[in-house]
Amino acid sequence: MATPVKVYGPPLSTAVCRVVACLLEKDVEFQLISLNMAKGDHKKPDFLKIQPFGQVPAFQDEKISLLESRAICRYVCENYPEKGNKGLFGTNPLAKASIDQWLEAEGQSFNPPSSALVFQLALAPRMNIKQDEGVIKQNEEKLAKVLDVYEKRLGESRFLAGDEFSLADLSHLPNAHYLVNATDRGEILTSRDNVGRWWGEISNRDSWKKVVDMQKQQHSP
Amino acid sequence: MVVKVYGPAYASPKRVILCLVEKEIEFETVPVDLIKGEQRSPEYLKLQPFGELPVIQDGDFILYAIMRYYAEKYRSQGTELLGKTIEERGLVEQWLEVEAHNYNPAIYELTIQLLFSSKFGRPVDEKLVKESDEKLGKTLDVYEERLSKSKYLAGDFFSLADLSHIPFTHYLVGPMGRQHMIRDRKHVSAWWDDISNRPSWKKVLELCKTPFG
Repeated sequence: MATPVKVYGPPLSTAVCRVVACLLEKDVEFQLISLNMAKGDHKKPDFLKIQPFGQVPAFQDEKISLLESRAICRYVCENYPEKGNKGLFGTNPLAKASIDQWLEAEGQSFNPPSSALVFQLALAPRMNIKQDEGVIKQNEEKLAKVLDVYEKRLGESRFLAGDEFSLADLSHLPNAHYLVNATDRGEILTSRDNVGRWWGEISNRDSWKKVVDMQKQQHSP
Repeated sequence: MVVKVYGPAYASPKRVILCLVEKEIEFETVPVDLIKGEQRSPEYLKLQPFGELPVIQDGDFILYAIMRYYAEKYRSQGTELLGKTIEERGLVEQWLEVEAHNYNPAIYELTIQLLFSSKFGRPVDEKLVKESDEKLGKTLDVYEERLSKSKYLAGDFFSLADLSHIPFTHYLVGPMGRQHMIRDRKHVSAWWDDISNRPSWKKVLELCKTPFG
């Protein structure tokens, strides 16, 4: 059955699978239209019309075209409040504010150093780009400081924003997954008691397991 | 009890203050001196565990992802900052994220290098400045294209997305001496004139001095 909801981008992209995980949690049917970034699909005029920064993902439904994975996730939660996991973005304003806060922490504090490490340790070797030891060390230190804050928080709270799994936890899945499974630095997460416990829980969600399966079905990016 | 906003001298808290002014919400400010490292004090870290600005206290409630919460809570008063429909909201969120990931990192780096290096007794990293200028230029090219079709970023209405650009862009065209990056782009220039002349922004500048006069 054709669905108007389309996501553009390769499932191996962390930002693309952030959106896919959200759609799966919300039980919203969608079509994933893969792009070959190695061939420069994302820089072609047709794609730039819907994503002028030449980045992935791009999202379309019958009403709107959107970019930026976290904006897309927020839109999906607002547009389909009654579907799937209804509490994904909170069911009252204060719960939502807490989720928003940790979603911002992910975007501003966790994402930059974890992305840099994933690039240096998992992607650069595959792309025949020389690794930069200075960048690796700098981002390990940055990420360690952020995870110290998380360790304290997750000792007080089962999930980041409260007692329920939320969009804030979900947003961390893609980068954390690569760190643990595609680099030798996974212990930065798993060696911390509370962060390790949290990682075990969130990575075992059905929605995330489906995303990992989708990734395995793809060949190299 | 009135909302307390920490660190009014700096640009990130000014986004919050501007939002509160637009929404006609009363607030107080509490100074935090970044040069002295007050954001790393145990008292501050209790409020914002990442040691960053901004943070607000609203009664017992402490919040550091602030603007969306107030824009939603006070939907019925002041300026509508989130658009009127779910789709308009979606576009506001999109351009807020674009600012956070494609605009802010470059302009923030320029702020640190060009305006704060001397205060911290560090030399300017010219390579980082050059890279940041290039990144910011590329982003502004996309904005130029967008603003040729749309009066504001999310549509024909002023929103949180435009607002979030104001404090750091104020530095760009002022003490950083990079007004040409805005003025050389016809539609970005018109947009900047419009948003930076809002009475709310003028009020914020009167109330909260920057560290650069």
